[in-house]
Amino acid sequence: MNAQTVDTAENTGPSQSAQMRRRIFRHFGLLIGGGILIAIVLGALLAGALAPHDPYAQDLANRFADPVWKEAGSWEYILGTDHLGRDYLSRLLYGARISLLIGLVTALISGVIGTIMGVSAGYFGGKVDAVVMFLITVRLSMPVVLVALAVVALFGGSLLVVVTVLGLLLWDRFAVVMRSSTMQIRGLDYVTSAKALGCSTLRILLTEIMPNVLNNLIVIVTLEMAHAIILEAALSFLGLGVQPPLPSWGLMISEGKNMLLFEPWLITIPGVALFALIFAINMLGDGIRDVTAPENRN
Amino acid sequence: MLRFFLKRLGLAALVAFTVSLISFSLLFLAGDPAIALAGEGATDADIEAVRIQYGFDRPVLEQYGGWLGNALTGDFGDSYYFKTPVIHLVAEKIPITMTLGLCAISFAILLSIPLGVLAAVKPNSLIDRFALFLSVIGQAMPSFWFGLILIVIFAVNLGWVPVSGSDSWRHFILPTVVLGYYATPAIMRLTRAGMLEVLRADYIRTARAKGIRPGKVLFKHALRNAVIPVVGLTAVQLGFMLGGSVIIESIFALNGAGFLAFESISRNDFPTVQALILIFSLIYVLLTLLADLLNAWLDPRIREA
Repeated sequence: MNAQTVDTAENTGPSQSAQMRRRIFRHFGLLIGGGILIAIVLGALLAGALAPHDPYAQDLANRFADPVWKEAGSWEYILGTDHLGRDYLSRLLYGARISLLIGLVTALISGVIGTIMGVSAGYFGGKVDAVVMFLITVRLSMPVVLVALAVVALFGGSLLVVVTVLGLLLWDRFAVVMRSSTMQIRGLDYVTSAKALGCSTLRILLTEIMPNVLNNLIVIVTLEMAHAIILEAALSFLGLGVQPPLPSWGLMISEGKNMLLFEPWLITIPGVALFALIFAINMLGDGIRDVTAPENRN
Repeated sequence: MLRFFLKRLGLAALVAFTVSLISFSLLFLAGDPAIALAGEGATDADIEAVRIQYGFDRPVLEQYGGWLGNALTGDFGDSYYFKTPVIHLVAEKIPITMTLGLCAISFAILLSIPLGVLAAVKPNSLIDRFALFLSVIGQAMPSFWFGLILIVIFAVNLGWVPVSGSDSWRHFILPTVVLGYYATPAIMRLTRAGMLEVLRADYIRTARAKGIRPGKVLFKHALRNAVIPVVGLTAVQLGFMLGGSVIIESIFALNGAGFLAFESISRNDFPTVQALILIFSLIYVLLTLLADLLNAWLDPRIREA
């Protein structure tokens, strides 16, 4: 959009989509978050092409090679190698796949559970609401990290177990937010008129309620993705999550921990990657909230 | 008030009961504890003997009933690993976790409430942006990584504090900062939002118009009302911190209940894990109950609802 069109648009009153576009491109956090996230997603998708080495290939003669910015570093191993001589950059790129996968699948599972619970509680009220509220309270009272650790330990750590456990644990915020958003709109005229027209309950929920709580849903999806990614990293760090030799970032930090005193970059690099990913997702979530509902900004 | 109290107390008891039922069945669904206990290379007969010795051959509900009945009297059975009563183990470790939790929540309150107030008094100022920056960073920083980085900087390079252990107050400094920082963004945001809303209220304008000193208006009139939702959140955050202590205590080898939980999980010590899950949820339930009551006392409108 150039300045000329902005001016004329302002005079005649910009269209809704133009207003939206402008809000998006003026939102600093949204752009930064979106940019970093796109870069990480691309890195994960193109890991096969971008990674200079096989992330699992060990080279015991070349362990703890320094990254390129240190004196002994070389462009062959840009981010150095780990305790088994595996290329750190390649592991980092493939590790992004694990984090993104965990975030997406967990948010999907917990999103479906939480949305069904929250929307039904908000729409039907009464006994349904009481039961859902009770379940939310129970869930919040369970120490997530402890329960997740215990269950993963019992079932054995694998990507599938971690994703399932986190998905079954992290639905509380979806339920809380969907419940209150549904309550706010269930009494509005367009819902009443759909009822008067004789629409089935399912149809009202899907075509009248869902589209209007979608903005809030997307924001919670971003929050819970970030939450799941942090938890997976923490579980893997403690040895009760994704198992070696998978290049989970949490696992990389855990493996680098033994060399904390001598090679601190081993934990710094995957840590910064983790931080950047969480930061980007949070920024994106906040940005979406601001852009779609500017009146909600504090 | 009494009715409100009893209703909340009943709900809290029901929640704690449900949590114990879930955690018990989870550990059961997960497979045969006898195989894990008998260890590698055990014969079928060994496993069967372990099963009978620990009572795993009885129906699950019967086992749960027995466990719950004992748990109500404070008897959580013997630890599989230490062969001593679980309740003694927990009683020995929980003060350390409580100390850590209280230190961390105090740290979080001391950092976040003043920042939240200052940010609300001057929105979009430098201090508001600094507060926002801190909370954005805090939300994105994985706590275990933050802990490791602090160890590298303050314990290894500067040598100001010990790397790990729990023998003196100096061992608690880094864990307090890591755990407390984790709770800071939420408390700060809520304080800021509450203050922004309250500062627009008519009675604040009236107070100012009467010529009351700005500091007094801010802290006596405004903060008192803005802080009501923060009380509840703080209790909830303290509860979350107990869960987070599992990670933090493991990093710093702080010998509390969280570290015990982590080690017991690694050692398949089910009675200890079971007891700790129940105790952590009970503490959380009690904290939220306390917060509800405190809120009802601070704000009579809540009692009516």
